Amino acid sequence: MAINVYIPSPFRRLTANREYVTVEGASVAEVLDALERDYPGFANLVYDRERRVPTHINIYLNNQEIHDLQGTQTTVADGDQLAVIPALAGGADAPGATNGASDSAPSSTALTPDEVMRYSRHIIMPQVGPQGQRKLRNAKVLIIGAGGLGGPVALYLALAGVGTIGLVEFDVVDLSNLQRQVLHQTQDVGRLKIESARDKLLAYNPHINVVEHRLPITSDNAMEIISQYDIVVNGADNFATRYLVNDAAYLAGKTLVDGAILLFDGQATVYKPGHGCYRCLYPDPPPPGLVPSCAEAGVLGAITGIVGSIQATEVFKQILGVGESLVNRLLLIDALTMEFRTMKIRRDPSCPLCGDNPTVTELIDYDMFCGSPPLEVPVEAQALL
Amino acid sequence: MSGQRASTSVAISLNGERRTVAPGTTVADLVPSTWRRGVAVARNGEVVTRGEWSSTAVEPDDKLEIVRPIQGG
Repeated sequence: MAINVYIPSPFRRLTANREYVTVEGASVAEVLDALERDYPGFANLVYDRERRVPTHINIYLNNQEIHDLQGTQTTVADGDQLAVIPALAGGADAPGATNGASDSAPSSTALTPDEVMRYSRHIIMPQVGPQGQRKLRNAKVLIIGAGGLGGPVALYLALAGVGTIGLVEFDVVDLSNLQRQVLHQTQDVGRLKIESARDKLLAYNPHINVVEHRLPITSDNAMEIISQYDIVVNGADNFATRYLVNDAAYLAGKTLVDGAILLFDGQATVYKPGHGCYRCLYPDPPPPGLVPSCAEAGVLGAITGIVGSIQATEVFKQILGVGESLVNRLLLIDALTMEFRTMKIRRDPSCPLCGDNPTVTELIDYDMFCGSPPLEVPVEAQALL
Repeated sequence: MSGQRASTSVAISLNGERRTVAPGTTVADLVPSTWRRGVAVARNGEVVTRGEWSSTAVEPDDKLEIVRPIQGG
């Protein structure tokens, strides 16, 4: 039986850099023996001392993990394809481990060869590995807004295989969005942003699940929406929504990855319940009109990419449990001087939300709190929602 | 001579600009009244919570920074 074998790049030093080799064998074990004969040293890479395939080596026969078949005793036939995939930083799950997740995002099952290939630059990182990649696949992240910040955040989460990405967005794509909002293109002008965003994200990565929340987030629906996710990312474009999302994330016990932009400036931080919140930093909104919006004052398109990428990075760190997050630090970015600074922030015991004697124990009227006019769904969006 | 000067004024920096203020000046005194609502103040790289503004006196060589929130997304 001539079996075509995929050789992973770390093993190619044995095969004179060939990606595929053909060997003879009637079972997986025989194929592995043949590989050792033709490429001495191969057995040391795929077998442990007891001559078993260790958990960090995944072997796929025609895209099926051999654990799910008969292991190394699985018989092979002419023309079969075998792939040897080392999971450098961890092991595969127990064979047959499954749960009730949807087909597009099986949660604790082994990664498929396609996923291993797609995410290989992440999987080879010691901070990610196959286990980290599965954590990304299992993660549910909610992004408020699919515009300047929400766009790049969603894009990088989708590319990395974050399994469930929720988007909250009610607006339509405007021509003036295209200077910075990377998920929307010229032909999308007039479409709902959430549909445009969903299409682009699924085109980038069809393995993910995009959940559409086609409505403005309000005090009436915020808790229900946020409670379905692990992490919330703030890409809102107004103070009222920022206070609403802060309060709802805290009350739901969720980590909030915050970011904001204006002109050449960016701010980013991470609020974890018990470690301070937006109100600890800014107890009151500024008087209406004192801080302009991007529509009023402008924003450099590229700064949305900087801050959005930082937010996406903080999401990855939260999911993977690596590094030092921006919890208790406010990152201030001035793109004109290209200075990045952080200042320490902490929970305020007198904070009305997360302090010792909270007075905000449920969501309030945020338009009144901020003195801003109620958010209105544009007429062109009303017809499409 | 220099000791006398130190007792009559305190040299600080506010948003990168050098300023001298009277001894006993607090963080609250440094924030313009229009900005009392909606800003954060950091002293030497640490945000001073709003409740501590009026009890936090600035000291010589303090670096104070008034940070405005931004809302764009």
